[in-house]
Amino acid sequence: MRVVFTANGRRVEADDVWEGESLLYVLRERVGLPGSKNACEQGECGSCTVYLDGVPVCACLVAAGQVQGREVRTVEGLTGPDGALGPVQQAFLEAGAVQCGFCTPGLLVQTDALLARDPRPSDGDIREALSGNLCRCTGYEKIMDAVRLASARISGISGEGGGA
Amino acid sequence: MEFLRPASWDEALAAMAEHPGALPVSGGTDVMVELNFDLRRPPAVLDLNRVAELAEWSSDGASVRLGAAVPYARIIDELAGPLPGLATAARTVGSPQIRNRGSVGGNLGAASPAGDAHPPLLAAGRGVRVEAHSVRGVRLIPIDEFYLGVKRNCLAPDELIRAVRIPVADGPQQFSKVGTRNAMVIAVCAFALALHPADGTVGTGIGSAAPTPRRAPEAEEYLRESLDWTSGGPLDPQVPLRFGELVAAAADPIDDVRGTAAYRRHALAVLARRTLAWCWDDYREQLGRTA
Repeated sequence: MRVVFTANGRRVEADDVWEGESLLYVLRERVGLPGSKNACEQGECGSCTVYLDGVPVCACLVAAGQVQGREVRTVEGLTGPDGALGPVQQAFLEAGAVQCGFCTPGLLVQTDALLARDPRPSDGDIREALSGNLCRCTGYEKIMDAVRLASARISGISGEGGGA
Repeated sequence: MEFLRPASWDEALAAMAEHPGALPVSGGTDVMVELNFDLRRPPAVLDLNRVAELAEWSSDGASVRLGAAVPYARIIDELAGPLPGLATAARTVGSPQIRNRGSVGGNLGAASPAGDAHPPLLAAGRGVRVEAHSVRGVRLIPIDEFYLGVKRNCLAPDELIRAVRIPVADGPQQFSKVGTRNAMVIAVCAFALALHPADGTVGTGIGSAAPTPRRAPEAEEYLRESLDWTSGGPLDPQVPLRFGELVAAAADPIDDVRGTAAYRRHALAVLARRTLAWCWDDYREQLGRTA
Protein backbone atom coordinates (compact mmCIF):
# COMPACT_ATOMS: atom_id res chain seq x y z
CA MET A 1 0.00 0.00 0.00
CA ARG A 2 0.99 3.64 -0.38
CA VAL A 3 1.37 5.85 2.69
CA VAL A 4 1.57 9.65 2.43
CA PHE A 5 2.36 11.77 5.46
CA THR A 6 4.34 14.79 6.62
CA ALA A 7 7.80 14.19 8.05
CA ASN A 8 9.62 17.17 9.56
CA GLY A 9 7.40 19.56 7.63
CA ARG A 10 7.98 17.83 4.29
CA ARG A 11 5.40 15.71 2.45
CA VAL A 12 6.71 12.18 1.99
CA GLU A 13 5.35 9.19 0.11
CA ALA A 14 6.18 5.56 0.65
CA ASP A 15 5.15 2.89 -1.83
CA ASP A 16 4.83 -0.89 -1.50
CA VAL A 17 4.48 -0.59 2.26
CA TRP A 18 3.60 -3.95 3.83
CA GLU A 19 0.33 -3.78 5.79
CA GLY A 20 1.98 -4.90 9.04
CA GLU A 21 4.96 -2.57 8.71
CA SER A 22 5.87 -0.08 11.43
CA LEU A 23 6.34 3.66 11.08
CA LEU A 24 9.93 3.11 12.21
CA TYR A 25 10.67 0.87 9.22
CA VAL A 26 9.09 3.37 6.83
CA LEU A 27 11.16 6.23 8.29
CA ARG A 28 14.46 4.36 8.18
CA GLU A 29 14.14 2.25 5.07
CA ARG A 30 11.73 4.08 2.80
CA VAL A 31 11.91 7.86 3.31
CA GLY A 32 15.58 8.36 4.21
CA LEU A 33 15.24 9.30 7.88
CA PRO A 34 17.49 6.83 9.74
CA GLY A 35 17.91 9.02 12.84
CA SER A 36 15.30 7.06 14.81
CA LYS A 37 16.98 3.85 15.88
CA ASN A 38 15.67 0.30 15.68
CA ALA A 39 16.61 -1.60 18.83
CA CYS A 40 13.88 -3.55 20.61
CA GLU A 41 10.85 -3.33 18.32
CA GLN A 42 8.59 -3.70 21.35
CA GLY A 43 8.44 -0.24 22.92
CA GLU A 44 10.88 -1.16 25.71
CA CYS A 45 13.83 1.05 24.84
CA GLY A 46 12.52 4.36 23.44
CA SER A 47 15.32 4.61 20.82
CA CYS A 48 12.72 5.18 18.08
CA THR A 49 10.77 7.94 19.88
CA VAL A 50 9.22 10.43 17.43
CA TYR A 51 6.43 12.97 17.60
CA LEU A 52 3.16 11.81 16.03
CA ASP A 53 0.84 14.81 15.72
CA GLY A 54 2.90 16.45 18.48
CA VAL A 55 2.80 13.49 20.90
CA PRO A 56 5.95 11.46 21.62
CA VAL A 57 5.46 7.79 20.74
CA CYS A 58 7.54 4.73 19.90
CA ALA A 59 7.66 4.61 16.09
CA CYS A 60 8.10 0.83 16.23
CA LEU A 61 4.60 0.50 17.72
CA VAL A 62 2.79 2.68 15.19
CA ALA A 63 1.51 0.87 12.11
CA ALA A 64 2.64 2.61 8.95
CA GLY A 65 -0.93 2.83 7.70
CA GLN A 66 -1.91 4.72 10.82
CA VAL A 67 0.19 7.77 9.86
CA GLN A 68 -1.60 8.38 6.56
CA GLY A 69 -2.19 12.14 6.34
CA ARG A 70 -0.60 12.79 9.74
CA GLU A 71 2.41 14.72 10.96
CA VAL A 72 5.61 13.07 12.15
CA ARG A 73 8.62 14.86 13.60
CA THR A 74 11.81 12.89 14.09
CA VAL A 75 15.17 13.69 15.67
CA GLU A 76 16.24 15.10 12.30
CA GLY A 77 13.48 17.68 12.75
CA LEU A 78 14.88 19.04 16.02
CA THR A 79 17.47 21.13 14.18
CA GLY A 80 16.83 24.72 13.23
CA PRO A 81 15.89 25.70 9.65
CA ASP A 82 19.55 26.39 8.87
CA GLY A 83 20.56 22.92 10.06
CA ALA A 84 21.97 24.23 13.34
CA LEU A 85 21.55 21.95 16.34
CA GLY A 86 18.54 22.61 18.54
CA PRO A 87 19.08 23.54 22.21
CA VAL A 88 18.53 19.98 23.45
CA GLN A 89 20.92 18.54 20.88
CA GLN A 90 23.55 21.16 21.73
CA ALA A 91 23.23 20.43 25.45
CA PHE A 92 23.68 16.66 24.95
CA LEU A 93 26.80 17.35 22.90
CA GLU A 94 28.31 19.72 25.45
CA ALA A 95 27.46 17.61 28.49
CA GLY A 96 28.99 14.48 26.93
CA ALA A 97 25.66 12.71 27.17
CA VAL A 98 26.43 10.61 24.11
CA GLN A 99 28.43 7.41 24.40
CA CYS A 100 27.61 4.83 21.73
CA GLY A 101 24.84 7.16 20.60
CA PHE A 102 22.22 4.54 19.88
CA CYS A 103 19.71 5.73 22.48
CA THR A 104 20.44 9.41 21.85
CA PRO A 105 17.84 10.17 19.14
CA GLY A 106 15.02 8.89 21.33
CA LEU A 107 16.31 10.73 24.38
CA LEU A 108 16.55 13.96 22.39
CA VAL A 109 12.93 13.77 21.23
CA GLN A 110 11.64 12.76 24.66
CA THR A 111 13.65 15.55 26.34
CA ASP A 112 12.41 18.05 23.78
CA ALA A 113 8.84 17.04 24.66
CA LEU A 114 9.52 17.27 28.39
CA LEU A 115 11.01 20.75 28.21
CA ALA A 116 8.26 21.99 25.89
CA ARG A 117 5.75 20.97 28.56
CA ASP A 118 7.82 21.91 31.60
CA PRO A 119 10.91 24.06 30.98
CA ARG A 120 12.10 23.63 34.60
CA PRO A 121 11.54 19.99 35.54
CA SER A 122 12.80 18.58 38.84
CA ASP A 123 15.27 15.68 38.75
CA GLY A 124 12.38 13.38 39.62
CA ASP A 125 10.36 14.74 36.70
CA ILE A 126 13.31 14.19 34.34
CA ARG A 127 13.77 10.60 35.49
CA GLU A 128 10.07 9.92 35.10
CA ALA A 129 9.93 11.52 31.65
CA LEU A 130 12.93 9.50 30.46
CA SER A 131 11.95 6.23 32.15
CA GLY A 132 11.03 4.68 28.80
CA ASN A 133 14.41 5.45 27.22
CA LEU A 134 17.14 2.93 27.94
CA CYS A 135 20.86 3.73 27.62
CA ARG A 136 22.78 0.48 27.30
CA CYS A 137 26.01 2.30 28.09
CA THR A 138 24.29 3.34 31.35
CA GLY A 139 25.44 6.92 30.85
CA TYR A 140 22.48 8.33 32.71
CA GLU A 141 24.29 10.89 34.86
CA LYS A 142 25.58 12.79 31.82
CA ILE A 143 22.12 12.57 30.31
CA MET A 144 20.69 14.14 33.48
CA ASP A 145 23.36 16.88 33.20
CA ALA A 146 22.38 17.50 29.58
CA VAL A 147 18.69 17.83 30.37
CA ARG A 148 19.44 20.24 33.24
CA LEU A 149 21.69 22.28 30.93
CA ALA A 150 19.07 22.44 28.19
CA SER A 151 16.46 23.34 30.78
CA ALA A 152 18.57 26.18 32.15
CA ARG A 153 19.14 27.61 28.67
CA ILE A 154 15.56 27.22 27.47
CA SER A 155 14.11 28.78 30.60
CA GLY A 156 16.74 31.53 30.47
CA ILE A 157 18.10 30.90 33.94
CA SER A 158 21.77 31.55 34.57
CA GLY A 159 24.19 29.13 36.23
CA GLU A 160 24.30 26.74 33.32
CA GLY A 161 26.74 24.33 34.85
CA GLY A 162 24.08 21.72 35.38
CA GLY A 163 22.97 20.37 38.71
CA ALA A 164 20.48 23.22 39.06
CA MET B 1 -2.86 -9.09 4.89
CA GLU B 2 -5.22 -6.18 4.45
CA PHE B 3 -5.03 -2.81 6.18
CA LEU B 4 -8.53 -1.49 6.87
CA ARG B 5 -8.94 2.19 7.67
CA PRO B 6 -12.54 2.97 8.59
CA ALA B 7 -13.27 6.69 8.90
CA SER B 8 -16.20 6.24 11.29
CA TRP B 9 -17.55 3.84 13.92
CA ASP B 10 -20.23 2.52 11.56
CA GLU B 11 -17.61 1.84 8.92
CA ALA B 12 -15.51 0.04 11.52
CA LEU B 13 -18.40 -2.24 12.50
CA ALA B 14 -19.19 -2.95 8.85
CA ALA B 15 -15.54 -3.81 8.22
CA MET B 16 -15.52 -6.21 11.19
CA ALA B 17 -18.67 -7.91 9.84
CA GLU B 18 -17.01 -8.31 6.48
CA HIS B 19 -13.60 -9.41 7.89
CA PRO B 20 -14.43 -11.31 11.11
CA GLY B 21 -10.80 -12.31 11.71
CA ALA B 22 -9.52 -8.75 11.50
CA LEU B 23 -7.27 -7.62 14.33
CA PRO B 24 -8.22 -4.16 15.65
CA VAL B 25 -5.28 -1.84 16.36
CA SER B 26 -5.39 1.49 18.12
CA GLY B 27 -2.32 2.42 20.18
CA GLY B 28 -0.44 -0.59 18.82
CA THR B 29 1.46 -1.19 22.05
CA ASP B 30 0.42 -4.86 22.07
CA VAL B 31 -0.59 -5.55 18.48
CA MET B 32 2.52 -4.09 16.85
CA VAL B 33 4.80 -6.14 19.10
CA GLU B 34 3.04 -9.27 17.85
CA LEU B 35 3.40 -8.15 14.23
CA ASN B 36 7.03 -7.06 14.63
CA PHE B 37 8.00 -10.42 16.11
CA ASP B 38 6.00 -12.50 13.65
CA LEU B 39 3.87 -13.88 16.47
CA ARG B 40 0.65 -13.16 14.65
CA ARG B 41 -0.40 -12.82 11.01
CA PRO B 42 -4.08 -11.85 10.98
CA PRO B 43 -5.83 -11.74 7.59
CA ALA B 44 -6.51 -8.05 8.18
CA VAL B 45 -5.60 -5.23 10.55
CA LEU B 46 -8.31 -2.69 11.39
CA ASP B 47 -6.96 0.75 12.30
CA LEU B 48 -9.18 2.59 14.79
CA ASN B 49 -7.17 5.83 14.99
CA ARG B 50 -9.54 7.69 12.68
CA VAL B 51 -12.61 6.94 14.81
CA ALA B 52 -12.37 10.08 16.94
CA GLU B 53 -15.13 9.26 19.44
CA LEU B 54 -13.16 6.26 20.73
CA ALA B 55 -10.73 8.72 22.32
CA GLU B 56 -13.47 10.61 24.18
CA TRP B 57 -15.01 10.08 27.60
CA SER B 58 -18.13 11.44 29.24
CA SER B 59 -19.75 11.28 32.65
CA ASP B 60 -23.24 11.75 34.03
CA GLY B 61 -21.86 12.05 37.55
CA ALA B 62 -22.76 8.47 38.51
CA SER B 63 -20.54 6.69 36.03
CA VAL B 64 -17.88 7.38 33.44
CA ARG B 65 -18.22 6.15 29.87
CA LEU B 66 -14.59 5.76 28.93
CA GLY B 67 -13.94 5.51 25.18
CA ALA B 68 -11.93 2.40 24.33
CA ALA B 69 -8.99 4.38 22.93
CA VAL B 70 -8.60 7.13 25.55
CA PRO B 71 -4.85 6.87 26.22
CA TYR B 72 -3.57 6.18 29.74
CA ALA B 73 -1.87 9.60 29.78
CA ARG B 74 -5.26 11.28 29.56
CA ILE B 75 -6.83 8.97 32.16
CA ILE B 76 -4.09 10.16 34.54
CA ASP B 77 -4.59 13.85 33.68
CA GLU B 78 -8.37 13.95 33.39
CA LEU B 79 -9.92 11.10 35.38
CA ALA B 80 -7.97 10.77 38.63
CA GLY B 81 -10.96 12.28 40.47
CA PRO B 82 -13.82 9.99 39.36
CA LEU B 83 -11.65 6.91 38.67
CA PRO B 84 -8.76 7.05 41.18
CA GLY B 85 -7.99 3.32 41.09
CA LEU B 86 -7.76 3.19 37.31
CA ALA B 87 -5.72 6.42 37.21
CA THR B 88 -3.27 5.02 39.76
CA ALA B 89 -2.87 1.85 37.71
CA ALA B 90 -2.48 3.95 34.54
CA ARG B 91 0.53 5.71 36.08
CA THR B 92 2.32 2.34 36.26
CA VAL B 93 1.71 1.35 32.63
CA GLY B 94 4.87 1.08 30.52
CA SER B 95 6.56 4.43 29.95
CA PRO B 96 5.39 7.92 28.97
CA GLN B 97 5.54 6.96 25.29
CA ILE B 98 3.45 3.83 25.94
CA ARG B 99 0.94 5.77 28.05
CA ASN B 100 0.52 8.24 25.17
CA ARG B 101 -0.79 5.41 22.96
CA GLY B 102 -2.02 2.51 25.09
CA SER B 103 -5.64 2.38 26.26
CA VAL B 104 -8.07 0.40 28.39
CA GLY B 105 -9.79 -0.88 25.25
CA GLY B 106 -6.49 -2.40 24.21
CA ASN B 107 -5.97 -4.02 27.61
CA LEU B 108 -9.47 -5.53 27.40
CA GLY B 109 -9.01 -6.66 23.81
CA ALA B 110 -5.69 -8.36 24.60
CA ALA B 111 -7.09 -9.79 27.87
CA SER B 112 -3.66 -10.56 29.24
CA PRO B 113 -3.86 -11.52 32.92
CA ALA B 114 -1.03 -9.01 33.46
CA GLY B 115 -2.90 -6.01 32.02
CA ASP B 116 -2.73 -3.16 34.54
CA ALA B 117 -6.26 -1.87 33.87
CA HIS B 118 -8.02 -5.09 34.84
CA PRO B 119 -7.65 -5.10 38.66
CA PRO B 120 -9.04 -1.57 39.14
CA LEU B 121 -11.92 -2.32 36.75
CA LEU B 122 -12.86 -5.37 38.83
CA ALA B 123 -12.47 -3.45 42.10
CA ALA B 124 -14.62 -0.56 40.85
CA GLY B 125 -17.63 -2.82 41.24
CA ARG B 126 -19.81 -5.45 39.67
CA GLY B 127 -21.58 -2.66 37.81
CA VAL B 128 -18.63 -2.14 35.43
CA ARG B 129 -19.70 -2.92 31.86
CA VAL B 130 -17.77 -3.45 28.66
CA GLU B 131 -19.71 -1.96 25.78
CA ALA B 132 -19.28 -4.31 22.80
CA HIS B 133 -20.73 -3.30 19.46
CA SER B 134 -21.27 -5.12 16.18
CA VAL B 135 -23.57 -4.64 13.22
CA ARG B 136 -25.87 -7.04 15.11
CA GLY B 137 -26.27 -4.68 18.06
CA VAL B 138 -24.79 -3.64 21.40
CA ARG B 139 -23.93 -5.85 24.37
CA LEU B 140 -23.19 -4.50 27.85
CA ILE B 141 -20.94 -7.21 29.26
CA PRO B 142 -20.47 -7.34 33.06
CA ILE B 143 -16.76 -7.15 33.83
CA ASP B 144 -17.00 -10.38 35.85
CA GLU B 145 -18.09 -12.24 32.71
CA PHE B 146 -15.63 -10.63 30.31
CA TYR B 147 -12.42 -12.60 30.91
CA LEU B 148 -12.48 -16.25 29.80
CA GLY B 149 -8.87 -17.43 29.93
CA VAL B 150 -5.26 -16.45 29.28
CA LYS B 151 -5.53 -13.75 26.59
CA ARG B 152 -9.12 -14.76 25.89
CA ASN B 153 -12.21 -12.62 26.34
CA CYS B 154 -15.87 -13.15 25.48
CA LEU B 155 -15.98 -10.87 22.42
CA ALA B 156 -17.45 -12.36 19.26
CA PRO B 157 -15.23 -12.22 16.14
CA ASP B 158 -17.20 -9.31 14.69
CA GLU B 159 -17.44 -7.26 17.89
CA LEU B 160 -15.45 -4.15 18.79
CA ILE B 161 -15.10 -2.52 22.21
CA ARG B 162 -16.67 0.92 22.04
CA ALA B 163 -16.28 1.98 25.68
CA VAL B 164 -16.17 0.85 29.28
CA ARG B 165 -18.76 2.09 31.76
CA ILE B 166 -17.28 2.51 35.22
CA PRO B 167 -19.10 3.74 38.34
CA VAL B 168 -17.64 6.96 39.74
CA ALA B 169 -15.68 6.22 42.93
CA ASP B 170 -17.69 6.67 46.12
CA GLY B 171 -14.69 6.01 48.36
CA PRO B 172 -10.92 5.52 48.39
CA GLN B 173 -9.35 3.28 45.75
CA GLN B 174 -5.81 1.97 45.49
CA PHE B 175 -3.64 -0.04 43.14
CA SER B 176 -0.25 -1.59 43.72
CA LYS B 177 1.96 -3.82 41.66
CA VAL B 178 5.23 -5.68 41.99
CA GLY B 179 7.93 -5.46 39.33
CA THR B 180 11.67 -5.25 38.89
CA ARG B 181 11.81 -1.51 38.27
CA ASN B 182 9.56 1.51 38.35
CA ALA B 183 8.87 1.70 34.61
CA MET B 184 8.35 -0.68 31.70
CA VAL B 185 7.24 -3.42 34.04
CA ILE B 186 4.93 -6.31 33.26
CA ALA B 187 3.46 -6.97 36.68
CA VAL B 188 4.78 -9.94 38.65
CA CYS B 189 1.49 -9.52 40.46
CA ALA B 190 -0.88 -6.64 41.05
CA PHE B 191 -3.76 -5.80 43.35
CA ALA B 192 -6.51 -3.20 43.35
CA LEU B 193 -8.83 -2.31 46.20
CA ALA B 194 -11.88 -0.05 46.25
CA LEU B 195 -13.94 0.86 49.28
CA HIS B 196 -17.61 1.51 48.56
CA PRO B 197 -18.94 3.28 51.68
CA ALA B 198 -22.22 4.07 49.87
CA ASP B 199 -23.38 0.47 50.24
CA GLY B 200 -20.76 -0.79 52.69
CA THR B 201 -19.09 -3.13 50.19
CA VAL B 202 -15.53 -3.63 49.02
CA GLY B 203 -14.13 -4.41 45.58
CA THR B 204 -10.90 -6.26 44.80
CA GLY B 205 -8.97 -7.15 41.68
CA ILE B 206 -6.00 -9.49 41.33
CA GLY B 207 -3.65 -9.23 38.33
CA SER B 208 -0.94 -11.53 36.98
CA ALA B 209 -1.70 -14.30 39.46
CA ALA B 210 -4.31 -16.48 37.72
CA PRO B 211 -5.26 -17.36 34.12
CA THR B 212 -7.50 -14.29 34.10
CA PRO B 213 -7.76 -11.15 36.16
CA ARG B 214 -10.07 -12.05 39.04
CA ARG B 215 -11.56 -10.73 42.24
CA ALA B 216 -11.17 -12.22 45.73
CA PRO B 217 -14.84 -12.73 46.73
CA GLU B 218 -14.19 -14.14 50.22
CA ALA B 219 -11.79 -11.33 51.00
CA GLU B 220 -14.39 -8.78 49.86
CA GLU B 221 -17.06 -10.42 52.04
CA TYR B 222 -14.70 -10.56 55.03
CA LEU B 223 -13.93 -6.83 54.81
CA ARG B 224 -17.58 -5.94 54.31
CA GLU B 225 -18.34 -7.63 57.63
CA SER B 226 -15.22 -6.43 59.47
CA LEU B 227 -14.97 -2.73 58.61
CA ASP B 228 -16.64 -0.29 60.95
CA TRP B 229 -17.93 2.14 58.34
CA THR B 230 -19.86 4.42 60.69
CA SER B 231 -17.30 5.03 63.41
CA GLY B 232 -14.27 4.81 61.09
CA GLY B 233 -12.17 3.58 63.99
CA PRO B 234 -8.61 2.32 63.55
CA LEU B 235 -8.26 -1.12 61.96
CA ASP B 236 -7.97 -4.11 64.27
CA PRO B 237 -4.47 -5.41 63.39
CA GLN B 238 -5.96 -8.84 62.72
CA VAL B 239 -8.12 -7.51 59.87
CA PRO B 240 -5.38 -6.66 57.34
CA LEU B 241 -3.63 -9.95 58.11
CA ARG B 242 -6.73 -12.04 57.50
CA PHE B 243 -7.63 -9.94 54.44
CA GLY B 244 -4.16 -10.59 52.99
CA GLU B 245 -4.51 -14.32 53.57
CA LEU B 246 -7.87 -14.42 51.82
CA VAL B 247 -6.58 -12.43 48.84
CA ALA B 248 -3.57 -14.73 48.50
CA ALA B 249 -5.87 -17.76 48.72
CA ALA B 250 -8.06 -16.40 45.91
CA ALA B 251 -5.12 -16.29 43.50
CA ASP B 252 -4.09 -19.20 41.32
CA PRO B 253 -0.57 -18.24 40.24
CA ILE B 254 2.06 -20.18 38.31
CA ASP B 255 5.86 -20.25 38.34
CA ASP B 256 7.22 -18.34 35.34
CA VAL B 257 10.13 -16.13 34.28
CA ARG B 258 8.81 -13.19 36.28
CA GLY B 259 8.32 -14.98 39.59
CA THR B 260 7.25 -18.11 41.40
CA ALA B 261 3.74 -18.97 42.45
CA ALA B 262 4.78 -18.91 46.11
CA TYR B 263 6.31 -15.45 45.76
CA ARG B 264 3.22 -14.14 44.01
CA ARG B 265 0.94 -15.39 46.80
CA HIS B 266 3.22 -13.86 49.42
CA ALA B 267 3.42 -10.55 47.58
CA LEU B 268 -0.34 -10.39 47.04
CA ALA B 269 -0.93 -10.71 50.78
CA VAL B 270 1.48 -7.81 51.33
CA LEU B 271 -0.15 -5.66 48.62
CA ALA B 272 -3.58 -6.43 50.05
CA ARG B 273 -2.55 -5.33 53.56
CA ARG B 274 -0.89 -2.16 52.29
CA THR B 275 -3.71 -1.08 50.00
CA LEU B 276 -6.20 -1.69 52.81
CA ALA B 277 -4.18 0.47 55.19
CA TRP B 278 -3.91 3.27 52.61
CA CYS B 279 -7.61 3.13 51.73
CA TRP B 280 -8.77 2.97 55.34
CA ASP B 281 -6.55 5.91 56.30
CA ASP B 282 -8.07 7.90 53.43
CA TYR B 283 -11.56 6.89 54.47
CA ARG B 284 -10.96 7.94 58.06
CA GLU B 285 -9.59 11.26 56.85
CA GLN B 286 -12.73 11.79 54.79
CA LEU B 287 -14.79 11.10 57.90
CA GLY B 288 -12.67 13.58 59.82
CA ARG B 289 -11.43 10.92 62.23
CA THR B 290 -7.78 11.90 61.92
CA ALA B 291 -6.04 15.24 62.12
